[in-house]
Amino acid sequence: MEKNHYYDAADLAKFGNVTEWQKEMGDKFFAWYGKVFEDSALTAREKSLIALAVSHAVKCPYCIDAYSSDAYEKGWSKEQMMEAVQVASAISGGATLVHGVQMMNKVDKIAM
Amino acid sequence: MKSLKALAHSLSDAEEQIAVLESNTEKYPAFEKKLSEIDLLPLKPTGTEIFQINMGKMCNQVCAHCHVDAGPDRKEIMTRETMQQCLDVLANNPSLKTVDLTGGAPEMNPEFRWFVTEIKKVNKDIHIIVRCNLTIIRANKKYYDLPEFYKEHNIEVVSSLPFYTSDRTDKQRGNGVFKDSIKALQMLNEVGYGLEGSGLMLNLVYNPAGAFLPPSQEALELEYKTELRKRFEIEFNHLFAITNLPISRFLDYLLVSGNYEEYMAKLIDAFNPEAARGVMCRNTVSIGWDGYLYDCDFNQMLELKVACEKNKQHIADFDLKALDSRDIILGQHCYGCTAGAGSSCGGEVA
Repeated sequence: MEKNHYYDAADLAKFGNVTEWQKEMGDKFFAWYGKVFEDSALTAREKSLIALAVSHAVKCPYCIDAYSSDAYEKGWSKEQMMEAVQVASAISGGATLVHGVQMMNKVDKIAM
Repeated sequence: MKSLKALAHSLSDAEEQIAVLESNTEKYPAFEKKLSEIDLLPLKPTGTEIFQINMGKMCNQVCAHCHVDAGPDRKEIMTRETMQQCLDVLANNPSLKTVDLTGGAPEMNPEFRWFVTEIKKVNKDIHIIVRCNLTIIRANKKYYDLPEFYKEHNIEVVSSLPFYTSDRTDKQRGNGVFKDSIKALQMLNEVGYGLEGSGLMLNLVYNPAGAFLPPSQEALELEYKTELRKRFEIEFNHLFAITNLPISRFLDYLLVSGNYEEYMAKLIDAFNPEAARGVMCRNTVSIGWDGYLYDCDFNQMLELKVACEKNKQHIADFDLKALDSRDIILGQHCYGCTAGAGSSCGGEVA
């Protein structure tokens, strides 16, 4: 049966292929990406959990796939991982809701 | 839980396992080809130093990831006669400085204590490692004094602990294993194992509790030390992070859970030439419970005897020169030892 969807899990493994159509920029991206995830002021393990949360906030299925495995491999528990997703949800939800203040400001200005 | 053999499972047959591993060669490049590309084919020993003896498949645990298919229903254990043949080889080959006793649970072999004592009589400077599953110490009153026995012979104790929490440990090794393991570790600490300056080495082994590769050994060791000290006041020396190889019960798990293809892809993508140069089969000979010789414990479970002449494949006909010039037998399972930082009975190799 022909596939009829936008995302294919097998495409994650082909991420590096983006350099074929723009090598210089692609190479710079991956070099920077690798550097970001090295042990530094934050450990690679801590960054993995952050990446997991951000993956959910930006709703990237490739990232969610990759960092679900990575975070679990690095020893985060299921509870800790779900809490990280809850943090992402709280920020995402809060970011929507706080704009309600702008709405309130506007309505207060124009309403008699 | 029963062993695959007791269940008459197809994967209890070594040939069936090899058939699965060697299938789909278009998708998975042959391991030999990878070695050839880095001028490492044929793979030769660098000099045999470690004598790893599998004392039998009998075990008090039935771990989900076990490549031995060990368990209480396995009755294959090394006889005293075969052990004597091992002792004769050790006496005649003083370059064999390390004896690594594994299983199953080596302590369940009734001749275990006799054998350890006799090894020390052959050469008191031989370093003995025992792969102790920890719960054996708590399994029966007759094993409670194992920590003292290990101490008396200055044995290096190497024990599996999949994690410092019960969820991952028990999922892999059985219900209640974590609790008993912690108690056993505390008993080992009580006689001095793992304590700074005692000289009694207690090393732990991390095996991933699932279809993934181990994280950084160094980072994990630090985590384990912090958490085991904080939670249980347990001390140990080092942590070895070991990759699960797609053999026996772990192979069955991979197939049943639908993880086999992705896991093999992970192993192959993570092939590390430096790890390949340092694989343990290059300085180890593995002796099966029945005395036959293998390149490693994994080849032993796949029944791939050493590539020497037929009359030099048993401990009774041990020929160190022939063994040191053999071609090591390779297969797709070897990707497990060369993935990432590599894997061996002593942890990362690269």
